[in-house]
Amino acid sequence: MLNISGIHEGFVLDHIKAGESMTIYNDLHLANLGCDCTVAMIMNAKSNKMGRKDIIKIECPIERVDLDILGFIDHNITCNIIKDDAIVEKRQLTLPKEIKNVISCKNPRCISTVEQGLDQVFILTDEENEIYRCKYCEEKYTGQK
Amino acid sequence: MRHLMSPLDFSRDELEQLMDLADDIKNHPEAYSEKCHGKKLATCFYEPSTRTRLSFEAAMLNLGGSVLGFSSADSSSAAKGESVSDTIRVISSYADICAMRHPKEGAPLVASQRSLIPVINAGDGGHQHPTQTLTDLFTIRSLRGEIKELTIGLCGDLKFGRTVHSLINALVRYPGIKFVLISPEELRVPEYIREDVLEKNGYEYKEVDSLDDVMGELDILYMTRVQRERFFNEEDYIRLKDFFILTPEKMRLAKKDMMVLHPLPRVNEISVDVDDDPRAMYFTQAKYGVYIRMALILTLLELV
Repeated sequence: MLNISGIHEGFVLDHIKAGESMTIYNDLHLANLGCDCTVAMIMNAKSNKMGRKDIIKIECPIERVDLDILGFIDHNITCNIIKDDAIVEKRQLTLPKEIKNVISCKNPRCISTVEQGLDQVFILTDEENEIYRCKYCEEKYTGQK
Repeated sequence: MRHLMSPLDFSRDELEQLMDLADDIKNHPEAYSEKCHGKKLATCFYEPSTRTRLSFEAAMLNLGGSVLGFSSADSSSAAKGESVSDTIRVISSYADICAMRHPKEGAPLVASQRSLIPVINAGDGGHQHPTQTLTDLFTIRSLRGEIKELTIGLCGDLKFGRTVHSLINALVRYPGIKFVLISPEELRVPEYIREDVLEKNGYEYKEVDSLDDVMGELDILYMTRVQRERFFNEEDYIRLKDFFILTPEKMRLAKKDMMVLHPLPRVNEISVDVDDDPRAMYFTQAKYGVYIRMALILTLLELV
């Protein structure tokens, strides 16, 4: 397997479904982390558990990335937080109560389809069934995570 | 500062207080005739409405206040492409309270996020119409004495009918309410009302497509119009618009003390021959809408 050196401070996101890492890169806005940060994406790596998987390593101050959205994308992703070259936390991913500007409302009657500059906000209304609804029109999100 | 976006914005106790106030206004209108002196209501109506807009305006005028506003998007800056957020910021400098109707769902909520004055949702697309719900609840309470142990038939366009969605949301907070949902298959209540409101709260309901079969069970029959403006496809509208028509023959199947309500305007879903039936309460309902809106304006302006 291709080796990427260890990181001093940041995150290792493991067990990402093969092919999904670019989506996560975009959803976490990793392109905007700043020039002092390094991101490595390992795609289609062999995995005993999953067959194939993606991994993202992020070298950056840990407060700079909001990982809440990962719980919405796939709560089976393993999220290791690294500080001083060691894993300090294995974060349990949970569904965020609110998702902002990641998914958009598909209801053509919703104000969010026309109002300029309006945040696309979805609220978790049913945790058990993982249902999110548009804050404005209450339409259920049915798209791909 | 409070806004009204959904009937659920008020707790049940707050709703009772609001209806108590509306009751007092109904019985002693003279005591309230100057309560809003010097206050202005902006009616921002981005789509046509006669009843709701005039009801709001009558309510404010009855309270001694004044009104300003527009009655279609064409006569507002929306026609020039102005956003709802910008419009409400400007209106906030002109008026003390705003009633907004908009064809886009959630538009009044967007307005409330930017507004410096209370915003009342006067209907947003097929989503919510909370002041109609307040009117419906006040009518039921006034005419039945209390809201409990009732079988309520909701008939017509239950899919796009925002008054129905708002009313169901509000009624599930009262005990012993049973719902009979009467509509063609294509116009049944949206899934979120069934799943998140009725089933989640354990309320008894059934969905049927025949009014005659259930007429005798109902304490209240809430009729709605199939609204042309909610359809993208004219053919579907024409096929479904006359699915249910309430006639004197159907009324003969109903209980002697059943009430017929309708948010109005009616097209032909209630035959005019039903109007003289003492159980037809829809015009009384429209009158009660002014009292409850007066109570709402006073409450949101913190003048009580």
